[in-house]
Amino acid sequence: MDKFNIYLTGVGGQGIGLISEILLRAADNAGLNVKSVDTHGLAQRGGVVVSHIRMGETIYTPLIPAGESDLVVALERHEALRGMNGALKNGGVLIYYNTVWQPLDVRLKNADEITEDVISQECQRRDIREIRVVEPALKDIRMQNVAVLADIAKFELIPGINNENYIEAMKDLMEGKKLEDNMKLFNGKSA
Amino acid sequence: MKTMGRMLLTKEPFSEIVMGNTALVRAMIESGTRVVTSYPGSPTPEIATAIQSIPGEKRPFYFEFSTNEKVATEVAFGAALNGHLSAVFFKSVGLNVASDTFVQLSLMNIIGGMVVVLGDDPGANSSQNEQDNRHFAYMSYTPVIEPSSPAEVYTFYKEAARLAQEKKMPVILRLTTHVCHAKEKVAFSGWEPSPFDNTPMFDVKNGPYISLTSEVFPKKRRALKNLQIIEEDSIRCGLHRTEDHKNRKMGIITMGLPFQSVMDVIEKAADKPDILKLGLVYPVPKEPIADFLRSHEEVKVLEELDDILEKEVKSIAYDLKLSTAIYGKMDSEDRIGEYTPDKVYQLLKKTWPHMLPDKGEKAEDLTLIPQRPAQMCPGCGHRSAFYAVKKVLEETDITVADIGCHSLGFLPPYKMGEILMCMGASTGMGSGLSIFNTSRKVIVFMGDSTFFHAGLPGIVNAVFNKHNITMVLMENGTTAMTGHQDHAASGKNFNEPVEAIPIRGVLEGLGVNKIYETDTYNQKKLKELLVQALGDEEFSVVIAKHPCMLKFTREQQRQPGYIRKRVDIDQNKCKRISECIQTFACPTFTRLEDGSIRINPDLCIGDGSCIQTCPTSAVTSPGAKGQEDNNG
Repeated sequence: MDKFNIYLTGVGGQGIGLISEILLRAADNAGLNVKSVDTHGLAQRGGVVVSHIRMGETIYTPLIPAGESDLVVALERHEALRGMNGALKNGGVLIYYNTVWQPLDVRLKNADEITEDVISQECQRRDIREIRVVEPALKDIRMQNVAVLADIAKFELIPGINNENYIEAMKDLMEGKKLEDNMKLFNGKSA
Repeated sequence: MKTMGRMLLTKEPFSEIVMGNTALVRAMIESGTRVVTSYPGSPTPEIATAIQSIPGEKRPFYFEFSTNEKVATEVAFGAALNGHLSAVFFKSVGLNVASDTFVQLSLMNIIGGMVVVLGDDPGANSSQNEQDNRHFAYMSYTPVIEPSSPAEVYTFYKEAARLAQEKKMPVILRLTTHVCHAKEKVAFSGWEPSPFDNTPMFDVKNGPYISLTSEVFPKKRRALKNLQIIEEDSIRCGLHRTEDHKNRKMGIITMGLPFQSVMDVIEKAADKPDILKLGLVYPVPKEPIADFLRSHEEVKVLEELDDILEKEVKSIAYDLKLSTAIYGKMDSEDRIGEYTPDKVYQLLKKTWPHMLPDKGEKAEDLTLIPQRPAQMCPGCGHRSAFYAVKKVLEETDITVADIGCHSLGFLPPYKMGEILMCMGASTGMGSGLSIFNTSRKVIVFMGDSTFFHAGLPGIVNAVFNKHNITMVLMENGTTAMTGHQDHAASGKNFNEPVEAIPIRGVLEGLGVNKIYETDTYNQKKLKELLVQALGDEEFSVVIAKHPCMLKFTREQQRQPGYIRKRVDIDQNKCKRISECIQTFACPTFTRLEDGSIRINPDLCIGDGSCIQTCPTSAVTSPGAKGQEDNNG
């Protein structure tokens, strides 16, 4: 397989770490050579949290060069746009969970909220495939990441990884009720 | 579910995807490390997370979070004098705190061996500077081994431990942020737990351990001799490696994470340069560098931060009268930031313009996206404290910050804590700001973990030298910013419950006469106490208490039957004054296009700290009990 770069982004507290770890382990389960790196520390307090995942035969750092991601996965709308602007290739894929955690300047009335239309226009202009995810009935917001994961699986957005690889990774990382709920969500959506 | 603790104690050889910080712990176990100490600081706290995943009774070594990095270093050193292989880990600036002890280590015959694991932070991802700790290595004659990936963290720690034991000296394992946090599949060796000898081996015959006047010289000779031996040893034991692309014109000397970046970047080069990657970066191995210089016409030195290796390489060339062209830092920008693949691409482009293909133009960004600075969590007691402090201060008064989540108070709309240096520095700086100053009040902030870490001397000084300032002590019961590690007032240490050291009692013991205390959620009382404290003509402390709500909420969520509460806004009562969203500024409050303010249900934890800030009482907490108490 050629190199494949995934840039994940969201706001601290949204569960970027878990979805990143699932993708990382799913890639490994699929027999792919893979590396990743997450943001830790201060930024996790309500700031932007980012994770890089790289797959391919000859990869060295887990850090993706600017504008060289094949897939951007975002858990929040502002971060979807920021992520695609900085990281995504023209012609790549953006998948984002359509929720808004307003940045400080929006709340302070110094800036406008980013709308869905702005993102769609940008995607059109740059020939980017846009997938918007929303699951209003989720019983726990911490499952938004798995809702996105399910669509990544359903639309086969990552070459070489199949549903079984994702499920095995989820079983490695979760147990009990949490695993059960997330599996139900994943299986319901990804089928 | 795979558990980390079980993985780390696996006896058979195995492969697993791990973070650099986790790989380190397996290396500690395989090397027979007996005592490990630390003070939490990014990028290293996940080392302790991995240690904690091993149940205490199965953990093959002793671990503690010490009060600060200096104490942690002393505990590890002491244990090593009894013959135990020990390790201490902390973040980059932690070495400043530890330095008084650290710089003496190489003079001592450390019979157990000692590894100092540093989490340096090029890029200042989570630190107040980018300091290059190789300078400390030169100053203290301590060898530095630097891995570039999780797999190397594992093998290089074992190498560092071996050298430390053999030479009975300290060895630095220098990690950087994205080596600590990188994840990849690492092949681990097997491990068989072996019985340890717990006999305390301390013996002055192994010393002397008193380093005074002329006693210093033989110790210094030994340290310098050790460096020489280790330099030669590093060549034999394969710490350095060469990537031979049969290029006799261009070569690169590098180390650590920049090596990995170079390997990625040169993949697109028509004519790939040869690479010499150093594993031991102090003392630098002269022989392989000289050979590399001799066999290349032009050599680029690629090192993050300062030009330490560059100067070494140039001096080797000078001594050997080599004519190789050597390129190091070309301007001051080259000293700044992490050497990511993007940065390395620019650096190589600047050095050899034709080596790499041009990059396509980046798509132009059409929309300005509002920045998202880190901020205090919903329900954070610090927000309530800053909100109250702001209400009682004049615009011209001076607020001094300290390290912790509350450092974020400098951001709008609070703008509280306008000077920030390092752990525990607020009291001293505030004292200085109060001298000859009768017109502007001075308030200093401090967290509870910092209080014990480095806060006490400043407080003693303020009492002893009669500085008229007010400290707001933000007590949340934990070391929040680095991931909720316990401290001396938490009521438990890493290993067991212990009696909490009461902060109020300590302050009283230090001679602080004016001590006030309240829950930060009680705005009315907090403001009253602040006014009183600011009026005191002596050093005063307001202990503003509230548990870290991120920790508290996570613990609540793990309880069966947990029901998430949320406040609500009564749109009939709301007069759109915006106090909640613009002044109190909990991230939960959201502004809709029609100008109304709503609650973001994803964020609100129903703590109710905001209720009393609404001038029209429009914020309500349906179903939540006990809010009356908070209405002050």
